[in-house]
Amino acid sequence: MLAFTIRRLSQSVIVLFVMSVIVFAGVFAIGNPVDILINPEADIAEQEETIRRLGLDKPMWAQYGVFMSNALQGDLGNSFVHNIPALEIIATRLPATLELAFLAVGFAIILGVPLGMYAGLKDDTFIGKAIMTGSILGFSLPTFWVGLIFIMLFSVSLGWLPASGRGETVDIFGVPVSFLTWDGFSHLFLPALNLALFKISLVIRLARSGTKEVLLQDYIKFARAKGLSNTRIVGVHVLKNILIPVITVLGLELGNVIAFAVVTETVFAWPGIGKLLIDSISNLDRPVVVAYLLMTVTMFILINFVVDILYSILDPRVRLEGSK
Amino acid sequence: MTLQKLGLAASALAVALALPVAAQASKLTMGMASEPSAIDPHYHNLGPNNALRRHMFESLVDQDEKQNLGPLLATSWKPTGETTWEFKLREGVKFQDGSAFTARDVIYSACRIPNVPNSPSNFTSFTKAISGFEAPNDHTLIVHTSVATPLLPTYFSNWGVISATANGIKGDIKYDKENCGIANFPNTVDFNSGKAAIGTGPFKLKEFVKGDRLVLEQNAGYWGTKPEWTSVVMKPITNAAARMAALLAGDVDFIAAPPTQDLAKLLTNPKFDVAQGLSNRVIYLHMDQFGPSSNGVKGTGSPAGKYEGEGPCASKECEKNPFLDVRVRQALSKAINREAIVSKIMGGVAVAAGELLPQGFFGTNPGAAPEAYDPEGAKKLLAEAGYPNGFELVLGTPNDRYINDAKVAQVIAQMFTRIGVKTTVNAMTKSVFFKTRNKYEFSIYLAGWGAGTGEMSNPLRALVGTRSKETGLGGTNRGRYSNAELDKKILSALSTVDDAKRELILKAASKMAMEDYSILPLHYEVTSWAHRKGLSYKARADQYTVATGISSSK
Repeated sequence: MLAFTIRRLSQSVIVLFVMSVIVFAGVFAIGNPVDILINPEADIAEQEETIRRLGLDKPMWAQYGVFMSNALQGDLGNSFVHNIPALEIIATRLPATLELAFLAVGFAIILGVPLGMYAGLKDDTFIGKAIMTGSILGFSLPTFWVGLIFIMLFSVSLGWLPASGRGETVDIFGVPVSFLTWDGFSHLFLPALNLALFKISLVIRLARSGTKEVLLQDYIKFARAKGLSNTRIVGVHVLKNILIPVITVLGLELGNVIAFAVVTETVFAWPGIGKLLIDSISNLDRPVVVAYLLMTVTMFILINFVVDILYSILDPRVRLEGSK
Repeated sequence: MTLQKLGLAASALAVALALPVAAQASKLTMGMASEPSAIDPHYHNLGPNNALRRHMFESLVDQDEKQNLGPLLATSWKPTGETTWEFKLREGVKFQDGSAFTARDVIYSACRIPNVPNSPSNFTSFTKAISGFEAPNDHTLIVHTSVATPLLPTYFSNWGVISATANGIKGDIKYDKENCGIANFPNTVDFNSGKAAIGTGPFKLKEFVKGDRLVLEQNAGYWGTKPEWTSVVMKPITNAAARMAALLAGDVDFIAAPPTQDLAKLLTNPKFDVAQGLSNRVIYLHMDQFGPSSNGVKGTGSPAGKYEGEGPCASKECEKNPFLDVRVRQALSKAINREAIVSKIMGGVAVAAGELLPQGFFGTNPGAAPEAYDPEGAKKLLAEAGYPNGFELVLGTPNDRYINDAKVAQVIAQMFTRIGVKTTVNAMTKSVFFKTRNKYEFSIYLAGWGAGTGEMSNPLRALVGTRSKETGLGGTNRGRYSNAELDKKILSALSTVDDAKRELILKAASKMAMEDYSILPLHYEVTSWAHRKGLSYKARADQYTVATGISSSK
């Protein structure tokens, strides 16, 4: 376990370093933030003065050097746009996205697993086939379009749910969350469902094929022969055995949802980090973009780590690499 | 079916969640197209920040919706010499912390402007002419400038006043260009948190949650007419379709910049209304008029001389620059059917342009008409200039900066092609566009200019004055047009304090710039706002969205 952890950590440091170089060079190549941020009415002397003030007159390697030496001390720089630390901006936006992501993944598990298992058990019935057809829609409809349709239907035509933004929030240990109030939850529901649609379909497919495969296994036959109730067979033996692929995929998907919920956040004007990323890229706010992507990489590394540990809990046959 | 099930589940939940929307008459919710980067009035000199600043931090001089100057914290002003001005300040005005507004606060604000760390665009252009202040009493302010500065009142309408007392300054302040001997100014973060957000304006800051909402509440002690709204919520909804949906769903009462393709639908909907007004923003084409050769031009032959200076042609072979010949510039202008662009592409939310500012603004020539569409005349001019078979051109344009920018460029390319100038469009996102333009890679490009001062010296100075650090001209003249006589006119206008004389000079300068086809104006944008029925908005020429301009019509 310890060797496993150490090896993983040292790999992560290399990944982070390579990532920082790529992102830094990438944003540098797009353009100069001053062209976007400065008032066009500034004359040539003022333009040059601003470029100097923000340290953008130095060559790229020198700017990277400054960034790196600060980063090693835990300072990823101030946002060019807002002049507050990039990490602080991300931290204030993160709870909104986490809330959205966890609810979406929650929807995926609560709806996807039972529906998928049902489709696997009752493969030939109308409902079973209907579930599978429905999941194709979930895969193939673009999130952006579905989001707008949700808004047109539930907000504009029916007027049931608000169309955009985050509702009332309540602080829990200083972190603002919105799912505890009706107003907050009503704002959260549509974007979370929009984000979940693809994951639900994914989980349905995984759960169905898993169920069909597990049903043929000897231990299921044995359980039936032993006279166990159907509920126990499906609820314990089948369920437990189909969860491994579901957890692997949802683990990765969770990371994906947190880091790149850009489309949903834009359509629903959700103040999360996905929207922050898009705004920062279009403003060429390099410190925020770099900090954001470094944080994303770190998060993926952590999630993979947790998924690996979950395997070993769910399936005793799995041994963590390097542990004895 | 899954979707049906989901739909049902969603409906059930939605019913349970549906909240009665308590519409309070005095609360206004606005959907904004962009978000200010900070509350600090001196941090970032850009549209969204300047619009927000007007709610909380008033300036000495006001700019009304047509950009006419009027009294605000100053009741009157006059030049008392070539380089001195006297401002009478309003009495009885209190800051939101209760301290009285005096001349000291103005000096303090001017001292802070150059001292905002990491400002991405500061306000020194409006204060750098000031060489000293005198305050004979609390409500009289004498301003000395280093050179004659006729636009001083306009400059004073562009920055907000913060309180010296609230920021811990006692006694008189001795103005200098550095920091007036003040060691600690409040920093930008203190404004965001509300701690330093103390102005004299009709609203005060209640809450600023970046990316989510900005809440203002009425300033109970405001000296002037109190705004109709006790509370204003501004939500940044940057996606136009989502902003429109929020209005239709009733989440917001008012939105800035509704999508142009939806305007007709809004106008016929009995529940909503649209406010429109002509802006000070002109969309123009700028042509490379720098060296003997130009990047991206083909079929003009080899250049007459060697390219010297900054630009891509310094390091590679380019063909001859056709734009040095005024007949070619005029031919392109004649090839453009401006009326067709306005009616077909812009859907009527634009007005064809004959100058760099719409009719009626200070320094425009009454009756200056847009160039008439004349493709035959254009072909003739091209032949005279030695291009009977035309040439090839690349037209650069942003695709997310101005209303329908890339579409307009496409149509212009077709119009140019019709007279024999085979044009392709190179459209790109604004960050890449500005970088490419500033490296002089376009031989012709489309861009826009909003005149912050609302008078003619502003676009002339920035767009057609010869680029120079010393004179301060040509800041955005990326076509590098240069005309010594025109420069002289612009500079003399910038130092003529007498309004009548200055207007004459500006008119002559504008005429000269247009007759030389230094730049090709296309159209002025008409700005739109949409809101629920029962509201009205005083459309602003500077395109700002301010809550004080919104009222419920009775």
